[in-house]
This record gives sequence, structure tokens and C-alpha cells, in this order.
Amino acid sequence: MGGELHESKLVLHTIFRITAALLAALAGGDLAIAGTDISHFALANGLEVVVIPDHRVPVATHMIWYKVGSADETPGKSGLAHFLEHLMFKGTAKNPLDRFSQIVATIGGQENAFTSSDYTGYFQRVPKNELKHMMELEADRMTGLALTDDVVRPELDVVLEEQNMRVANNPAARLGEQMEAALYLNHPYGRPVIGWRQEIEQLTREDALAFYRRFYTPNNAVVVVTGDVTVDEVRTFAEQTYGQVGPVTEIKPRVRPQEPVQEAARTVTLADARVAQPSVSRYYLVPSSTTAQAGESEALELLAHILGRGSNSRLYRSLVVNDAIAVNAGANYDSTALDATRLSVYATPKPGISLAQLEQALDDVLADVIARGVTAEELDRSKSRMVADAIYANDNPRTMAQWYGAALTTGSTVEQVRAWPERIRAVSADAVRDAARHWLDKRRSVTGYLIKDSHPQEKRS
Amino acid sequence: MKPAVFLRGGNRCVLAALLAAAVLAFAPPARAVTIERVVSPAGIEAWLVRNPTVPLIALEFALRGSADQDPVDKAGVANLAADLLDEGAGPFDAMAFHDRLERKAIELSFSAGRDSLRGTLRTLKENSEQAFDYLGLSLAEPRFDSEAVERIRAQIMSRLRRETVSPRDVASRNWWATAFPDHPYGRPVEGTLESLPRISADDLRSYTRRVLARDQLKVAIVGDIDAQAAGALLDRAFGKLPAKAELQMVSPVVAQGMGRRIVIQLDVPQAAVSFGGPGISRSDPDFMAAYIVNHILGGGSFSSRLYREVREKRGLAYGISDSLVWLNYTALMIGSTATRADATGKTIEIIEHEIRRLAEEGPTEDELAKAKTYLKASFVLGLDTSNRIASQLVQMQLDSLGIDYIDRRSGLIDAVTLADAKRVAKRLLDNGLLVTVVGRPTGLSSKESD
Repeated sequence: MGGELHESKLVLHTIFRITAALLAALAGGDLAIAGTDISHFALANGLEVVVIPDHRVPVATHMIWYKVGSADETPGKSGLAHFLEHLMFKGTAKNPLDRFSQIVATIGGQENAFTSSDYTGYFQRVPKNELKHMMELEADRMTGLALTDDVVRPELDVVLEEQNMRVANNPAARLGEQMEAALYLNHPYGRPVIGWRQEIEQLTREDALAFYRRFYTPNNAVVVVTGDVTVDEVRTFAEQTYGQVGPVTEIKPRVRPQEPVQEAARTVTLADARVAQPSVSRYYLVPSSTTAQAGESEALELLAHILGRGSNSRLYRSLVVNDAIAVNAGANYDSTALDATRLSVYATPKPGISLAQLEQALDDVLADVIARGVTAEELDRSKSRMVADAIYANDNPRTMAQWYGAALTTGSTVEQVRAWPERIRAVSADAVRDAARHWLDKRRSVTGYLIKDSHPQEKRS
Repeated sequence: MKPAVFLRGGNRCVLAALLAAAVLAFAPPARAVTIERVVSPAGIEAWLVRNPTVPLIALEFALRGSADQDPVDKAGVANLAADLLDEGAGPFDAMAFHDRLERKAIELSFSAGRDSLRGTLRTLKENSEQAFDYLGLSLAEPRFDSEAVERIRAQIMSRLRRETVSPRDVASRNWWATAFPDHPYGRPVEGTLESLPRISADDLRSYTRRVLARDQLKVAIVGDIDAQAAGALLDRAFGKLPAKAELQMVSPVVAQGMGRRIVIQLDVPQAAVSFGGPGISRSDPDFMAAYIVNHILGGGSFSSRLYREVREKRGLAYGISDSLVWLNYTALMIGSTATRADATGKTIEIIEHEIRRLAEEGPTEDELAKAKTYLKASFVLGLDTSNRIASQLVQMQLDSLGIDYIDRRSGLIDAVTLADAKRVAKRLLDNGLLVTVVGRPTGLSSKESD
């Protein structure tokens, strides 16, 4: 699922948090906007290509997305997809060490990479006349990776520091990991993308290479190019570069262990001396845009928006403005996932307000939407906002590439992405109410409490 | 309203022109590209880049006078005021205001920096008049209703409580407090848990009355709009502001505490490190050389010396970088990293060693050439959205660089010689470092100076 991504390099831009809000960033069918002229084709070796022309500047953004993420790892090897992503910057026989990065730097380009539960991606933003060069380098690294222990060992330490920074140093992130693990009784989405620390520590060069050979192959990848390009030139370049990569590895269907019927609400409490601001949050197991019945994911999008996006949302108005018992409250739905995903709600109490009182108020808001649904006014406002986001997305080539790449690696199609604004417009108030009734079911949920541990034991000498 | 600069080559906007001029070996056919200087009927000036391909309008603006104007015992006034400007204005209370913005998908927000206040607006073209009206209301008639003041105050205090246990935030705060004792730059922009409760609505009104004025305003617009329409919108947004701000004098200042290391204990597995010292001001003739030298040391690319030595070779950190910071009354170079407890001392040694080495030896000819190529091209490649372009145009105005700066920038970079780079490396990096560390670093303690 798209909620959690890790970049291998310095975080240049923090755009990789996929949220319901960002899902809105899709090209729209009847909108008179730049991104409507989208092409999609496949090469003989199975590689898919999406081309999104944007002629404002002579720049190209080139991304390759592999249909592999942390949910495809072998149990016991958590963190391997992400570790491999880091190692992909360590060179090939043809372009040893960091030559690829040096080339990108020399032309002033940007590059980075990211890993989620369902996909792993690499991108460069370069002057358009360097596009083919990037495709050559990326095609070379699809099968040519050359790793020695000299580069693998320090990189493992880098990943461990990344885990420290993102998770170990941050009580809220640690609670988030525990909640995900509790939400998924059987599915590998319960594993952190970055991995469990004791398993990351054991990852080896051989593990990474085996995983690489299994999943990095043209028939398991999607290339997305946005920028000042034509379909014809991208097709020609793709055939000359990626088209030469072979032989292809057989890719098995991505069948992961699925969730059983969930029958018991779970609670998770993380107490730490370093919690200065307590909070309560809840994850509900809900369908993704890929697993949902027609219209259901769109209804969940609107439900999450109306419940918890921004100052007009029900949770904010009720808990933060009217009751004035919370400093913040909201909701989020991660729709982009191959398998069942989550809808989350959260609230942060004002000093002196207990989490129990806050959770009760939060439950009251949910109960009301379940009982009475949403108003036409709320629905209209949210739809306007979400559809406008699809227009705004056309202003950002990376956002566009991101959305097509994420959709195509989680089981959606170009056509589904294009039609997204119409599908949002088509959602009725009844559909939103029904989604709330059906999916806001505590038996399929985990509630997490982040609290201050007032009596920590001395753990160190 | 007059066209101010025409750049060669490229496409329909400033970015393309720069690329064509600076990077591409095969420039596309020449087409005129314009940053227009727009002056509205009421006399508001803005820089405009027309871009008809997406039906939206992006506006960015900045005003001098922000946290540096906070009363000594009331740190956080400007920041609280900025967070409240979109929380009710004119006839609309906060909820009515937010409702109207969202119905039209208008994105409006304000943020306070150390010495400048910034605003950003994004709207669909079809809603642009309303969007600029709402911006105008929020600047000229902010309400500061007690409901909104208490709500936003509580949110900021919640963030501050979180920051007390975030090693990165504690390290950064202590760095600034130590570098600038008895100066506004030493006080946190967001204020403190002690100062925020002391701020009244009158303090907020006093701030906006003194600072929100036309003489301090720098504006840029990018989008599907021509100069005449832009002029009309500018008056809707800024026409009601008074002509002159009443800013309090702030003294120029140089960062102190070089050679000091401050270790603050916090029970986390990874220690956060802030390091830095005096920089070189934006108007200094050596600025561009310093910018290049800093890029070689620890700038954003994956090939900086600090990145290679700390991350690539030794795996000591996930991220390490530093940057030049230029403010109205001081200039800095400041960086940060985070590393495990038992490697913190070693990591700081490497940082200090690399800075000393670059100060003494300067960069190599090859490093200088690569840095120049990178910096010339990356400037443009980084500007990928309308708001980012507008933001850059505002920065150029704040820095008094001139509307033709983009045309001149590559020349300024190319003019830096190896001798310049060596001389400026010494000037920039030979001042010692102030280092703050937060965590449980093994065997590392505070020290007063070298």
C-alpha cells in the first residue's frame, strides 16, 4: 500500500506520502488540461510505457516502477525491497560505482528512488535531450547490478540509520508500526516497509541479488515519462534501450496471504518517556481502489475527505472547533494498494483531556455519519476540492508521473486513472453513508494510544 | 507595466529560457520569453510569468518583518499572526472563511520566517477574483477572534511540546539560541511554551498593523493571466494595505560560539547534530564563490564531500548536508546530520576534518567545474511548478538581484575562478564551528572552545 515510502537518498522533496488528498491528483477526462494526452503501450519484452506530454519546459521526468515492494518479500527478510533500492545506486559492470549519479549530477539533474509495500521506483528529472541517456542507464541497471561487500556493508549501516531516524527515534512512528502489524492478521502489509530492525541487520549481498534477479525484469516494470516529449520519440528510445533487455524472468502472480474475517477490535498502547503530546488514532481495514467493488473506493475517498481533510471536516469542526477538546483531528484513506488497505482517523487532545474522552467524541462523529450520512453541501464541497486537485496535478510533472506509476503497479489501468474525476463526481450521498456503515466497523480495526510513560525504567547502565 | 527581460531560446517560460541558454547543447528554436514587471493601477508591483497551459494562477509574496519584530518576552507573535490570517477575516469567521475557500478549491496560507513573512495562493483561473479578494481580506481585515486565537495557539503549543522530545528540533533550537544570544534570531520563530500564553490579540493586531504594508511587499504571479488582469488582481489583494510599514530596527549580528560544542542528553538511539558558523551575505561579491564552495562541501547533491565521507564511505548517517543561509541581518552556513550513539564523536570529527581540509586546500579544478555545471542547470530543473517559480521570483526580489538575474546567473557562476574558490573557502570555512548534539552520544561532552 502506498502509505509508507522510503527513499534511498537524501530526501529532496517530501512528496512521497501518498494520501487520499493526493489521489485526487489524477488527470481528468473532460478537463481541458495539459495531462489529457496520455499514451500507454508495451514493448515486445513486456515492459509497459506511459507517456504524459508537458511542453512547458524542455525537461523530462523519467521514472521506472517495478512491481515489487515489501509485501513481496520472503518472511524473515523484511526490508529487503528497500535495501535493494539503496543498492541499486552502487553500480553495474558497464557503469561502475556511482557513475550513474555522477552523470545525473553533471547535467544538473535530480534523482531519487522510493519503496512502498507494492512498488519500488527510481526517477531522474533532466534536460529533455538527456532522456535517452537516462533510459540507457536505467535499462543497464535493470539486469547489470554488480555488488561487492565493500559497498553493501556501509549501505546496510545507512539503512539502519534511516530506521533510527524514521522510526526508532520517533515514538509516534513506532506506534504506527505496531498498529499496522496488529491491523493485518495475515497479510504482509503488517510488516514495515523499512523492515524489522533485527531482520534488516541480517540482510546480505546474496539476499539482495537473489531478490533483484527474481523481480527486476522488463515484464515486471512500468516506465513513465512526463515532459517535453512525444510518444513516438519515447517509443523509439524505449525500444532502443529497454527493448534490448533480456532474457525476461517469469513473474508469478502477486498472490499474498489475505486477511481472514476480522472479528475482534484491537487496541495497541505505546508508552514512552519521550511522548510529550499524547494522541489516539484508529486504522480500519478497508478495500483499496483495486480490491473494491465499483464505486466503493471513490465513496471511501469522499468519506475520508468529509470526515477528516482540513478545517471544514467533521472531525476538525466537532473535536477541535466546537467541543474544543482536541488540538487536531482528521482522517485519511490510502486507496492506492494491491490488497486491502486502511482508512485512518486520529485526534490529538488538548492538555487535561483524556484519550478516553477524546476517543468517545471521535466515535460520536463516526456514529453520526453512519446513522445519518453526509449532507449534499458537504458532498459538493468535497467533490469540487478533489476534482480541482486533478487540475492542480497537471502543474507538477512529478505528481502526474507518480500517480500513473503508483496506479499501474497496484493493479489499476490508465483508463481508470483518467476517469477518476468522473468517478468522484458520480458518488452519491447514499454511497458515502453506505461505505461508512459497512466499513467503519470496529471489529476490523486497531485503535492506538500514544501516551507518556511517567515511570520509565532505567534501561542503560 | 513594461516587459522587462527577454531571454533567448526556450519555451514559454523563464525556466526553458535558462535551460536553453545554459544547458542544452541543442537549443530549441528561439522564442521570446518574458518575466514582466507589472505595476497595478494602485501602484503595486509584481513580477509575472504567463503560462497558459494549465488553467490556474499561482501567487507568492513576501514582506520584510516577521519574528525579528516579536517583543522580547513574546516570541512567536509573528508566527501566530501568520497562522491566523486565514482563520477569519472581514465578515467571515474562521469556519465561514475556510468553507468559502474550499468550495472554490482556493489554497491560501501564510508562514512566518525569522525576518520575512510569506504568503502563497493557488486558485483555478475561473475563481481568481474571489481568491484575490479573500487574500485581500485576510491581509487588511484579519479578525483574530478569540476562538481562532485559542485554537491555533493550542496547536502551536502542541507542536512545541512534541519538539521538546525531537532530537533534531532540540539541536537546531539550541544552535540558534547559542549563536544569537540577546538577538531576535536566537529566539524560536514559533515562540516557546512560556512565551505563547503571554501573547494577546492586541499583540497580533499591533504586529499586522505595523508590518503589513506596501513598501515591504515583494510579489510574483505565475499562471494563465496577462499583465492587465494581473494588475487588477493585485489591487484586490494588496490595494487596501497602508503605504508604509513601521518596522523596529534590528541590529546586524554575527553568529557566536565558534569552537563550542553543546551536548544535550535525550534518551534516543540516534543522536542529532547541528553544526555551522558565519556565512557570506547575499550581496557580498564573494557570495557566488561561497555558494559553489558550499555545494562542494555539503550541498544537496549526492556527490558532496560530506555525503561521500559520512554516508557513502562509512555508512554513518542516512542524511548529511549543509547550506548557506542568508537573512536580513546575518549570514550563516548551517548543516545537520543524525548518527548512532557510538559513532557520533567520529562523525563530528569527520565533518570538522572535511571543513578544515576544504578551508585549507580549497576545491580541486574538477570539483569546481562539476559544481558549476550542476548549479547552472539544477536551478532550472528544480523549478517544476508554478508556485515554485513564483517563489523563486519573490526570492530574487528580496535579494535585490534584478529582473534580469536569471539571464546573468550562469555568467556569475562561470566567473568564479579556482583562486576565488580557494580564497573564499578559507574565508567561509576557517571560522571554527558551533556544534550542538542531542541524544546519548558515547564519550562526547560539551566543551567551551577549541
